[in-house]
Amino acid sequence: MNWNEYRAGVQCGWPVGVGYFSVSFGFGAMAAAQGVAPWEATLISLTNLTSAGQFAGLTLVVACATLWEMVLTQLVINSRYALMSLALSQRMGERIGLLPRLLIAFFNTDEIFALAMARKEPLTVPYLLGMGLLPILGWTGGTLLGALAGSVLPVAIRTALGVMLYGMFIAVVVPPAKKDRDVLAAVLLAMALSCLFAWAPVLNRLSEGLAIVVCTVVAAAICAAVLPVKEAQTL
Amino acid sequence: MSIYAYILAMALTTYLIRVLPMTIFRKPIQSRFLRSFLYYIPYCCLTAMTFPSILSSTASLVSGAAALATAILLAFRGKGLVVVALSSSAAVLVTEWLLKLL
Repeated sequence: MNWNEYRAGVQCGWPVGVGYFSVSFGFGAMAAAQGVAPWEATLISLTNLTSAGQFAGLTLVVACATLWEMVLTQLVINSRYALMSLALSQRMGERIGLLPRLLIAFFNTDEIFALAMARKEPLTVPYLLGMGLLPILGWTGGTLLGALAGSVLPVAIRTALGVMLYGMFIAVVVPPAKKDRDVLAAVLLAMALSCLFAWAPVLNRLSEGLAIVVCTVVAAAICAAVLPVKEAQTL
Repeated sequence: MSIYAYILAMALTTYLIRVLPMTIFRKPIQSRFLRSFLYYIPYCCLTAMTFPSILSSTASLVSGAAALATAILLAFRGKGLVVVALSSSAAVLVTEWLLKLL
């Protein structure tokens, strides 16, 4: 094992780990507020390592949805990881074998993917494994602390912390929407559909988890048909 | 249903999505529609989850709206993930505190 490469990877993952810690604190507090035990919330974060998917998953758990609804929701919300894994797979090249791939795929999140693709030197297994360390620790540890604090903290602070995940989503969406008009169109369309499912009669009877899936698929499909991406846009 | 069944279903689905393309499908996607669809998915999904739920996630509509406005403004000015998330959280605290004074 090349420890220099490993150390370089850990250093690269450091800011992501700090960011994950603060945001997952919000996830933990939100889970605790909805009656999920701290240990269970921590297990969700350790095994899933995805903000949007966990957030939607929590909604479904609280709503006592079916397992199929859960699988379908995760498939749609996390489908973007398939594309990222595909791209990262090409970038890793033939040298990297099956076992490291099985490990690296586990922590291929939006941020780790972006950092890995941005590296100028060739990607190595120790580097990629090092990158995952602090984000995993930060995401899991933050959830545990947030869930523990969540049951002690006053309600005002708890609700304030719960907003952090939304804040993070907004921070992810706004910059590309500002740069790319097609993304802005997709965002506005998803927003309109989401309001429809929240407020329109009949439509608002659909469960929240399924409404997210329907809005996402419909908005993305319409945009893909009307505004297909140019070569440079994908990733 | 046990929460562990949910967690297993979530974790397994998410892992399979990540691991299959990295181990089996090594060819790039050819279909332009499919590539475009996957390109738009994260933005549509994050938006649908955030709006309008953020408005009803706090004690009052006003503080939810304050969180939304703060986050959009800071993200528009290019602030990072943590700053935006913490600021929207602070906006809720401050707004609800002010509402109590009124």
